Amino acid sequence: MVIKTEPFVVNIGPAHPSTHGVFRMRATLDGEVVLDIEPVFGYLHRGIEKLAEERTYTQIIPLTDRLDYLASMSNNLAYVLAVEKLAGIAVPERAEYLRVIMAELQRIASHLIGVGAFLNDCGAFMTPILYMIREREKILDLFEMVCGQRLTYNYMRIGGVSHDIPEEFLPALKKFVDSMPGFIDEYDQLLKENEILLARSKGVGILSREQAINISASGPVLRASGVKWDIRKVDPYSIYDRFGFEVPTGSAGDCYDRYRVRVEEMRQSVRILKQAVEKLPAGEVRSEVSHLVRPPAGEAYGHIEAPRGELGFYLVSDNSIAPYRFHVRAPSLLNLTALREMVVGWKVADVLAIFGSIDICMGEADR
Amino acid sequence: MTVALSGGEIAARLEERFPGSVVESGQDSLLVKSESLRAAAGFLKTAPGLEFDYLTAITGVDYYDYFEVVYQLTSIRHNHSLVVKARCYGRDNPALPSVVGLWKGADFQEREIYDLMGIRFEGHPNLKRIVLWDGFTGYPLRKDYL
Repeated sequence: MVIKTEPFVVNIGPAHPSTHGVFRMRATLDGEVVLDIEPVFGYLHRGIEKLAEERTYTQIIPLTDRLDYLASMSNNLAYVLAVEKLAGIAVPERAEYLRVIMAELQRIASHLIGVGAFLNDCGAFMTPILYMIREREKILDLFEMVCGQRLTYNYMRIGGVSHDIPEEFLPALKKFVDSMPGFIDEYDQLLKENEILLARSKGVGILSREQAINISASGPVLRASGVKWDIRKVDPYSIYDRFGFEVPTGSAGDCYDRYRVRVEEMRQSVRILKQAVEKLPAGEVRSEVSHLVRPPAGEAYGHIEAPRGELGFYLVSDNSIAPYRFHVRAPSLLNLTALREMVVGWKVADVLAIFGSIDICMGEADR
Repeated sequence: MTVALSGGEIAARLEERFPGSVVESGQDSLLVKSESLRAAAGFLKTAPGLEFDYLTAITGVDYYDYFEVVYQLTSIRHNHSLVVKARCYGRDNPALPSVVGLWKGADFQEREIYDLMGIRFEGHPNLKRIVLWDGFTGYPLRKDYL
């Protein structure tokens, strides 16, 4: 007897532990195999771009904290860089170093969560991520010292940073920088050649070099596909041209490579941190800039290499105290364009691993 | 360092290939006629020496008299960039050709501009609202939406 079957539509999310926020995937399945997937956005849309048009340039900084809330420092940095480009504002040397220190600490904190959550999705339930969270805690303590906040920092300012670092910050940072490589080695030994991890991620969810470029992927997703493209190197901003560091890339473009790229990037961030601590000059941390910045009429696009990829701000000024248009180029949203191509043909359990390997933050995708 | 290519030079090359396609050019940007947008984008993506293989971002801006859509293009091969703009007039049914066929990265971004600013992208394979729900009326990022 022939059994008649037909494709079956399943909603994964919006509230599901593996969706890392509120994100829905409408998956069309043939048994366990994914035939098609449609991402559904908007559950975290707060209209941040519209809100920003009603606020002064300085008031927007805390709004940017709420985009990618796992990397608020990077959001702050990208935004203030765009405003400084638009208004032609210079930043004191010490503030530049502090910005780099914060951005690299943030990259490590964000990658720890990204990697930990990915391992969770692969079935290493809760053990690795708890170690990651333990290490991330040290970074959050450092951030708390400089700005009093642990998640939404509001630390950068147009023309510098809000406060100089307190006395206890540098010793604690040095301690962290010294201990972090050992931690990465220790945990990498446990996972690098773990058979289950390899089986779940090697060759799974492949994104070719051409596809990655064509879908505007950025960050670890792009680099894992073999494209050596890191804004810190190809279009250096702030003072990144003064530090020695490598850009890790993958070759296969699979989940495993995306995971490896993030681990290696953490090591490189520690390298940058070491150099920045050594060279940190004394001096002012903020140039004299009015709270009511009034950039000349015009437009500017400022971008940085945030933990999740190219984070850009496109600002249009009409010479008033609020931007005429404020647009965020969100790496999480664009990296998700790749999702469909990566998951079709794989099984439901792989969908979660592939989705986890993109490492997204819905606050930024939905805005 | 990503080199911002001169809008004037690219405009001259475009004009040579598609006469009348460029409206004006700036320091690092050029404004193309909306009906020439797809041809110009295809040229920029493949012309030797230009090869803008990476569409960094698309933004829509409402200037009351017209909508301007801004394409930030980058070439990963040559590490240079260019800003291409196109305008569409009228507030009832503004439309531009879609570039999804050239760069898939335009997919969600064009949907977002359609959703929040109400510009239709002709030729987009799945043009529907993305962050707001289907029954929503109005386009919040327009300047006359309060």
